[in-house]
Amino acid sequence: MRDQVILRVVTKVTIPFILVFGFYVITHGELGPGGGFQGGVVLAAAFILYGLVFGLEDLEKIIPRRLTDAMAGLGVLIYTGVGLVGIFGGYNFLDYTPLRLTGADAAESWGMTLVEYGVGITVAAVMVIVFREVSLAATAEK
Amino acid sequence: MSEFLLVDIVLLSLLIVTSVSVFLLRNLFAATMVLSLYSLLMSVVWLNLDAADVALTEAAVGAGIATVLLIGALVVVGAEERKHPRMHRPALLLVGLTTAALVYGTFDLPRLGDPAAPAQTHVVPEYISQTVEKLRSGQPVAPSDDHGDYESDNFHGHVPNLVTSVIVNYRAYDTLFEVAVIFTAGVSLILLLGRRESESGGRA
Repeated sequence: MRDQVILRVVTKVTIPFILVFGFYVITHGELGPGGGFQGGVVLAAAFILYGLVFGLEDLEKIIPRRLTDAMAGLGVLIYTGVGLVGIFGGYNFLDYTPLRLTGADAAESWGMTLVEYGVGITVAAVMVIVFREVSLAATAEK
Repeated sequence: MSEFLLVDIVLLSLLIVTSVSVFLLRNLFAATMVLSLYSLLMSVVWLNLDAADVALTEAAVGAGIATVLLIGALVVVGAEERKHPRMHRPALLLVGLTTAALVYGTFDLPRLGDPAAPAQTHVVPEYISQTVEKLRSGQPVAPSDDHGDYESDNFHGHVPNLVTSVIVNYRAYDTLFEVAVIFTAGVSLILLLGRRESESGGRA
């Protein structure tokens, strides 16, 4: 679909907004609707749109396979890492109290934001992996 | 009649129309598009029920990603259904019985928005009172009130969004293992489908 000018231009114009909205949904999850799952899927949608219009080879240049594989693990690592901070701070696993980076009333916000980003990174990476593997299988079948 | 009920009636009728047309359509591409429309309508229904988090998920996953994956599958199987499926009478009977049982089950459900429903009386009041103190008392918290250890907010150190609070605080273990499940699904997919390439001498 890369030979169609309108699709190409519209994709390139909208992708930054999709990415910003994805990060907004993840970061704003503790205040409004949204969170890691929704924001992660929105972030993945930007890459999937790019892959649909410009093809899988170009997607591989933007976000290589190794990167999505590593990011899928990184998100779970961030989540469990925040949990371990709780243990090493002398509390239970996934207790956010030690994260008093900017005062006691912000500890939970910090913990939640970090955990949401962990969720978001894993979800976005796995969605891109699913899209890539299914499309590769589909083109190989043809 | 409240305007919310009116909107719900319109939306739910449209949901029935789309879901019936999905299995009447013979063109699979059209069926995929109608399925995406179904998810979009469903997300508006969630929004009408004030479940903004669920609405966002439904719109992103149901209408977005699922549609893309179904179209990916259509590339393999083709957009036209090969033959008209015959009516399978035992299956129809089974589906009919299951539907009847499910509809019968809904008679026991509490009415929509019933304040005496178990979901509203069990742990939810505790969550609400811990998260937003002023909701429990029904009075706005004055700035001069005692905030305990916490300096300035009315939320006693808890974040204001109840849904997120439940998901990543009260149910943090649940969410952790949900993320682990998604991670495992991604890894399994790489192992199952990625083997194609190593067979043809690509990346091991």
